Parts: sequence; structure tokens; C-alpha cells
Amino acid sequence: MALNSLGREIPASYAGRTLTPYRDPFSNQPSGLAAPRPITRVNPGTSKLVGSLREAIEASGLKDGMTISTHHALRNGDYLLNAVVNEIAALGIRGIWIASSSVHPVHAEIIPHIKSGVIAGFQCGVNGLIGELASKGELQVPIIVRSHGGRARAILEGSVKIDVSFIAAPCCDPCGNLNGYFGPSACGSLGYAQSDALHAACVVAVTDNLVPYPAVPVVIPQTLVDFVVQVERLGDPAKIVSTTTRITTDPVGLQIASYAAQVIEASGLLQDGFSFQTGSGGISLAVADKMRSAMRRGNIKGSFGCGGITGYFVGMLEEGLFSSLMDVQCFDTEAVRSIGVNQAHQEISADLYANPFNRGAVVNRLDCVILGATEVDCNFNVNVNTESNGYLLHNTGGHSDTAAGAKLSIIVAPSIRGRLPIVRDQVTTITTPGETISVVVTERGIAVHDRHPELKEELIRRKLPVKEIHDLQKETCRITGTPRPLDFEDEIVALIEYRDGSIIDVVRRVKE
Amino acid sequence: MGDFKLRRSLLYVPGNMPSMLQNIPIFNCDAVIIDLEDAVPMSEKDAARHLVKHFLMNYTERNKELLVRINPLDSKWGYEDLKVVLPALPDGIRLPKADTPEIVERLDTLLTEFEEELDLEIGRFRVLPSLESALAIINAVGIANSSQRIFALAFGAEDYTASMEIERTKGGEELFNARTRVLWAAKAAGIQAIDTIFADVNDMEGLKAETELAKRLGYTGKCLVNPRQIEVVHDVFAPKKEEVDYALQVIEAIQRARALGTGVISLKGKMVDAPVVKRAARVLRTAYAHGMVDTLIDEEAIHGAQ
Repeated sequence: MALNSLGREIPASYAGRTLTPYRDPFSNQPSGLAAPRPITRVNPGTSKLVGSLREAIEASGLKDGMTISTHHALRNGDYLLNAVVNEIAALGIRGIWIASSSVHPVHAEIIPHIKSGVIAGFQCGVNGLIGELASKGELQVPIIVRSHGGRARAILEGSVKIDVSFIAAPCCDPCGNLNGYFGPSACGSLGYAQSDALHAACVVAVTDNLVPYPAVPVVIPQTLVDFVVQVERLGDPAKIVSTTTRITTDPVGLQIASYAAQVIEASGLLQDGFSFQTGSGGISLAVADKMRSAMRRGNIKGSFGCGGITGYFVGMLEEGLFSSLMDVQCFDTEAVRSIGVNQAHQEISADLYANPFNRGAVVNRLDCVILGATEVDCNFNVNVNTESNGYLLHNTGGHSDTAAGAKLSIIVAPSIRGRLPIVRDQVTTITTPGETISVVVTERGIAVHDRHPELKEELIRRKLPVKEIHDLQKETCRITGTPRPLDFEDEIVALIEYRDGSIIDVVRRVKE
Repeated sequence: MGDFKLRRSLLYVPGNMPSMLQNIPIFNCDAVIIDLEDAVPMSEKDAARHLVKHFLMNYTERNKELLVRINPLDSKWGYEDLKVVLPALPDGIRLPKADTPEIVERLDTLLTEFEEELDLEIGRFRVLPSLESALAIINAVGIANSSQRIFALAFGAEDYTASMEIERTKGGEELFNARTRVLWAAKAAGIQAIDTIFADVNDMEGLKAETELAKRLGYTGKCLVNPRQIEVVHDVFAPKKEEVDYALQVIEAIQRARALGTGVISLKGKMVDAPVVKRAARVLRTAYAHGMVDTLIDEEAIHGAQ
């Protein structure tokens, strides 16, 4: 065991891998070459089409102990990962690692295959029941949680070696040119699948919408795809994208959004060329709505909106408030529509979006990002992975990537959630280091990190309720009382990898 | 004008809902009215007043005016409400069904008794009577002058329309006479006038239109049923930039006039005298609350040195 720079105990090794404790956000340097991929040749007249998923698995040469991946652009509507794992089990293959870009509650269906040994571990974070069971000690498989940028980095440097990638392709031709824009399972951007397509030893495109050659626009080209499989359905369209994403009507949420918007205005970043990212949560959208009004008022033309894209950002693009959208994932039907028709609505890979080990990611160009939290500590460290019960329930997403990249990273969260205070002495799990967070905004006050003394001064001048984060904690605890600390076993159920591959925290088994 | 206090937004909060009481400190309304009357079911009257008492006692960093709407004094709860809540020191009482001056006088007497018992300054607890029946509208002038504790009259349109046996409409034509009479009574007594609630929390355009009407008539504030309404109401009551600029010029002009030993001066061809200065001072105080000017205007600037 060694302590990382944030005081978290990190074991020397985990699942056969030597670990590097987290030190700081920016100094860790990569070395070596990008991971190689076998060269192949496809002659004229060769067909890539195979008859079924099972045939594709057989043709790919998948064997015991190998690693597979899928992307999560179909989110909780995805059928593919379950189908692939079921086929792998039926073929008697065991010890498979899953290196998908994320695993959702819908994938709880594979739990029996974890227990039976078909699945040996997760090279990715998990949302929902799998993480909960792991936290309770009921699933004995390693889980390595990565951010979107961290996953792209791990694949690029070869620390995660994908043997077969199954790419859900909403629009695909027989040669494997594909995009996510059209078809019954249209999901928009395929940003998370791009690294897999470039680096997996074998790429299988799976589609429920096989179109005549060529499928355009080409997002992932035929040059990267080994096999094409047709299936009846890739997913449940109702769960792939939300039909609408809505601004919160909760007065507390709106108060938080109003403060966050005023922080952005006070930062001086809101000027021509402004770049901005929010999530799809109700508070985030309320902030976006206020920025939209502020940009209209000030006649400000922004540069780009980034990240997971909602109809809200599309509206701002089409109104001319942003000159482009950099889209790694579409959150709603309006975003899917737009990416198919708007040239300035640019699909980007997770590598381009957020990988710290390339020649510069989009997040480095972000002025401001709005992020959530399940807990924040008095050093501004943020937890988004575990809940207050200690269970691993959420993936990191782009949280630590955008926080590190953006000039101004704002956490928005209610001061009390489920009767528990959001600001803690210690967060259960550190997802994102406090040194990359600028401001924590709650309805009871705004805490500014010491790295931003001018911003703090300006907020005070504007009569906003600036408070020391300790005071915010005390004030909230006066209402909620001090929560009893959780009890954990020594056993580690998951690693939380920082975007550069060092270990920022571990998740331990909850003592029941 | 001496005790000018901004009361643009008076937000109702149900007294029996801990989750909503705990959020009172965070909203930027000018006042809250914690409700023990209509929002609280009969079975919870007792629990609610104790909840409110404990909330008030723990709310030490008061950042807005705090009123409690008690049950009517002729109900079996009204007196008990006062007895439990007053030791926790609200700023004032919103008195429902203030139909006659006598009802207000009775509250005034009770408040004096409690102030003596609690060893507080007499007159500490203020009163906001609700004029919400035909009888109250007729008695508006007498009510406005019935107690020194009254800082404003509040018009209650929901109960008023019920007493008139009519429907309340969004246009509000049926309220016009009553609304105006409350206003006259308030202005004649030198106190503020607070307009009724707007019940449709999703119709922000309707709220805006009604608030604009109230402002044009002379109301200085409005009661609210949802925190989302605060911003709309504050926007309506915010002075326009031109108004603020003009008010600043007026104050500057009158200071120049005083230096010359006169109380009247011409500004861009228009006469500036006491009423114009008074209006300008009001605009600037409101502008200060909205953060539109950096310093609060002092009395000397308005009235001149004694």
C-alpha cells in the first residue's frame, strides 16, 4: 500500500497489474509508441458479411481470456452487449474481459455470466446493479473505472488491448462504412467507438440497418472493419435517446443554476469565442438556458459547445450563438437530427474530446464546464462514482477530463441530497481531484477554490453568496446533522483510474 | 419615506413542510410569509406552529423579512399560533380576514401583551392585514389607520372573488375597483400596497402582465406562491436604466439647487421640486436593491441638511 498525493491508500498491484499512485493532474508523461494493429488485405469480391453474431464471434477468432468492447451510444437501450455475451457463453468461451466504453443498468442481464466465469473482469466503469453487487462482494471480478479520455488513452497506449470490438452501427453498408445518424437505432455521434475501430485487433460492425454501398457520411470507414453482421434490432429506440431533455422546474435547482450563470458572467470568460460544456441534467440545462439569454443580451458569438450534446445546444448552434458543436455523444432526438444535417455539428472521437496523451484534446480549449457531484470534500475533491451508501453506481464519464481541461470548472449540486450534506470531510471516492475544480455552487452559497482569488473577489463585489467551503459544510450540517461514516472491508472491488492512468482512488467492499 | 423598505416579493411557504422551510434562507425574495392558515390542514395545525417556531429559532442569520400568516383570530387556532410563534421572533404577522379595523386592533392589543411578556420593544411585531372580502374593501381606509404596526395593506383576490361570488380571471377586470380602493387606502395612510398572488405557476407571461398592471397602478410588491415567480416580479419592479439615469440627474440637480439656496431647479426644461425628488429617491433605492447603483442614496441628498 502507498498513499497517493490525495491521501488515498493505493495497493502496489491489482488484477496482475502494477499500479502508479496519482500525483497531480498534469505532470505524468507518456512514453513509447501507439498500440499497433495487425495489417490485413481484402481483395476485390471478398464479402465481409457473416450470417449471425455467433458466426462473427467465431470468425473473429475470439478465445478464452481475450478482451471485447462495445460502445455506449445506445445507452440504456443497448441490446448488443447482452447479445454478444450470451453468444460467447453459448460458444463455451470463458474468461472474457469487457472493455466497453460504459456498462448500463440494462446490462444487468450479463450478471449470471459474471458469476459463471464467462466474464473475467471489466476494463471500464459500470452503472447500476453490477457495481452495486460488486460493492456488496457478490461479484468477484476486477473493475477498472476510467474517464472517457482515460479510456481513449488506455487503448492508444495499449494498456487496454481490445481483441474484438463489436460496434453497434445504426447505418452501415456491406463493406463496413458506417455512421450513427440514420436508421431505427440512430444515436448520432459514435465518438466512443472510434478508438476501438482504430486499435482493436478485429472489428465487427453490427447493424439493424444495412444500406446499399456506400453508407455516407462515412464516420468509421470500411478500411477498419473486418466483418459486418445484420441483426434484427440494435436497441430500444425509446431508451437510446431521450425524446426531450428538460430544464428543471425545481426552485432549488433553478437557484443553483442562476448562481452558476452569474459565476460564468463574473469570470469574464463570456465573450466572443466562448466555449462551453454542460451535461443533460435539469440544472445543467437551466444554466445553458441562462447562458443562452446572456449571450443574446450581450450579442456574444460563442466558439463551440462540447461533450454530450442536447437539443438545447443545437438550438444555440442554429441561432448562431455557437459557431460549432463538438459532439462525442448525442443525448436526445434533436441532437441526432442535427448531427445528420448541420455541417458545423462535428462528430468527435473520445480521443479528440478528452485523451490527455495525444497532441491536444478539445477539453483543453474549453472555457467553462458545468459538472455534477454526489459528494464534494473541503479540498474540492469530487465523487461521482459512488453513492452515499458506498456502492459503485456511476461511471466517470468526461468528469475528470473536462475539469482538468476547462479554464473554469463549476460543480453544481444541491447542498442537501437525500437528507445528506453534499460537502463532506472526506468524499467516499475521489473521481476528480480538487486541484482541477474552480467553484462549487449550491443553493446555499458559492465556494471558490483558492486558485481563483480574482474570481472570488469579483463574486463578492457582485454581492453573490460566496462562502468558505468549510462554512458551507457547517451550515448544511446544522440542518442535516453529521452523517455517520460508512464502514468498508479491506477488499478492493474497483480501481478509479485518473485520466493519465495513475490511480486516484479505489472502491472497497461495503461492510454490510 | 424614512422607513423605506423594499417589499417587491413576499413568498408564501407552507408552515407544515420542513423541506420547504429549510430552503427559506436561499431564495432572494424580499420577504416570506410562513403560512399556518390555508396551506396547513386542520390535523396539522398544532405540529406546524411548533415546526415554524423551531425553524425561526434556528434561522439565526436572517436575510429577509419574516412574516407568519396566522389563522384568523376568531378561529380556535389564531391565539395559539401567536403564543407559540412570537417567542421565536418573526418580524410580523400577516392577518387573514382583516375585515374591520376592530379585528386589527384586537391583534394589536394581543401583540402588545406578548411584547410586554417577552420583554420586547412595544411595536416590534409589525402587521400586514389581508383585505380579502367585500367588507374589508369597504373598510380599507379604517383598517389602514387602525394600528401603527401596519406597514402595508395586502389585497387578497382569491377570497375576495369568493366573497363576491364571482370567478377570478386572468385579465382581472373584476378586481379593478377593489385593487384601486386598497391602493388609495394604503397611499392615503402613507403605507405600502401589496398585490395578490398569481396562482398559475407555469404562466410566467400572465404573472408578468399582472405584476406590470399592479406596478402601474401603484402597488410596490406582490405575494408569490412559488420561488420561480421571484425573478419575474423583481424584473418588473426593477427600474429601467433610463429611469435610474434620470433619477441620478434629478438628485444632482437638486443638490446644485440647494447649493444655490433654492428648493426648485430646472432640468432639461422641466421643473424639479420636492415630489420629483421624492420619486427619484424611490427609484434609486429600488435600483440599489437591484444592484444597478453602487451606493445607497442618503437622506440629506433628498431633503437637504436640517
